[in-house]
Amino acid sequence: MKLYECAHSRTGDKGDISNISVIAYDQKDYEHLVQHVTAEKVRAHFKGIVHGDVVRYEIPSIGALNFVMQQALGGGVTKSLALDPHGKCLASALMAMDIPEKSA
Amino acid sequence: MKTIRIGTGAGYSGDRIEPAVEVAEKGNIDYLVFECLAERTIAIAQKAKLNNPEAGYDALLTARMRAVLPACKQKGIKLITNMGAANPLAAARKTAEIAAELGISGLKIACVEGDDVLKVLTDKDINITETGAPVSTMGDTLLSANAYLGAAPLVEALEKGADVVITGRVADPALFLAPQIFEFGWSFDDWDRLAKGTAVGHLLECAGQITGGYYAEPGFKDVAGLARLGFPIAEVSEDGEFVITKVAEAGGMVTPDTCKEQILYEVHDPSSYLTPDVTADFSQITFTQEGTDRVRVGGVKGRERPATLKASVGYVDGYIGEGEMSYAGPGALARGRLALDIVKERLDIIGLEASELKFDLIGYNAIHADVLAPQPEPTEVRIRVAGRTASMAEAVRIGNEVETLYTNGPASGGGAAKSAKQVVAMLSALLPREDVIPTVQFIEA
Repeated sequence: MKLYECAHSRTGDKGDISNISVIAYDQKDYEHLVQHVTAEKVRAHFKGIVHGDVVRYEIPSIGALNFVMQQALGGGVTKSLALDPHGKCLASALMAMDIPEKSA
Repeated sequence: MKTIRIGTGAGYSGDRIEPAVEVAEKGNIDYLVFECLAERTIAIAQKAKLNNPEAGYDALLTARMRAVLPACKQKGIKLITNMGAANPLAAARKTAEIAAELGISGLKIACVEGDDVLKVLTDKDINITETGAPVSTMGDTLLSANAYLGAAPLVEALEKGADVVITGRVADPALFLAPQIFEFGWSFDDWDRLAKGTAVGHLLECAGQITGGYYAEPGFKDVAGLARLGFPIAEVSEDGEFVITKVAEAGGMVTPDTCKEQILYEVHDPSSYLTPDVTADFSQITFTQEGTDRVRVGGVKGRERPATLKASVGYVDGYIGEGEMSYAGPGALARGRLALDIVKERLDIIGLEASELKFDLIGYNAIHADVLAPQPEPTEVRIRVAGRTASMAEAVRIGNEVETLYTNGPASGGGAAKSAKQVVAMLSALLPREDVIPTVQFIEA
């Protein structure tokens, strides 16, 4: 299944760092996200866009993960050559990630 | 228990004005807060001020004040804003002028300054965080340096009777925290309450982003009335407990999910959200739907504030030149690729001096590069070439080489566009607190 079928997301930017939230629609799916949406997988997903470390923070009280990605915005929002310098669209790209089906 | 209601009037400098008027007239609010200062806005405003000493404040200040001052005066709503940008004093004078035009008298307008730390930064030759090099290495590219002030000078302004508080660079949540500290008499080391008040600020500072704006995903996350999107209101009680809501008839919605997206927006470690006033911990936050468009927020904790203050440093980072052209119909992608190859070779032939170049096929790979699996071939693409140069003259040549594709490139290219601009970019630095001295002065209207 695709990540967007069980989670939603928003991107934020600070300098050359992008953060992406991954929020379970249903709290019951949070553990599934914890297990399958790892920092390593996110780093691999954004190969060629994110050039630095990816760190994952867990916020179980709201069923959410927060990924903080270094060297992700072409040198920083204020100087990037990118069409989307804030990387606002990155959240949508992450939602296209494949994750295993939930067990019933 | 005493409660106050704080409404948001803007979430960025170009934001819509009608929702601010709606919140003032129908929101039963005590405070109206406009957050209008993006990271680099102040550096650009500083440049404007150098050309004209009465310029350098928010371009929409006049329109916003005209729109909301009558309702604020009539209902006794206090207005707080960072629309002062690089020139809070000129913004305060302008606001006084507008009040006079509107026939409003007895308005106390406070102007908070002291965020401009360019002199301290250069005198002490402080290091830039990102590069580790002292600021002197930036030479004459340096434009501005502004420290993020905390809530204290705004609280002082309110204590002295301000009806309107106009600031330059202040931490965004502090604009919202200040009225809570003032109304409830919170102490400046009551970390838990300051953190809760900061959560109010963080959730409200992007205006429509918590009432259903920037959220809709048809079929998954539907939002009604986006063309009439309302701005948020926080109902805060003395103990720091609060609810996020909106004007009932305004478009949009407030749900735990809209709140979840906003609490993590631009946050790194959720257990350490650093502000000048407190280190807030959102890692155990909860959102509970209490009624239609009413969400109660819980679980926010605080710790001691950071020892240093952050300053954002503006500088000129060269120039960017761009050009675009569209191709459509069968073979559009192939013609787009050919066009990019031609421009690449042309830039080489003319000896363009660029430190970085980007070649995009908009509609195909401009946003997500190769992250997403290739889709069926699009029937329209727009090529885009962007490059970083050391001079404006050099930047202009990039768009020119794209435009000449009209008569020199592949068949049926259309809609050429070109631009070149100076780049004002931002870095940051950390300053000892004692080097930043906020000031408060009043303009009577």
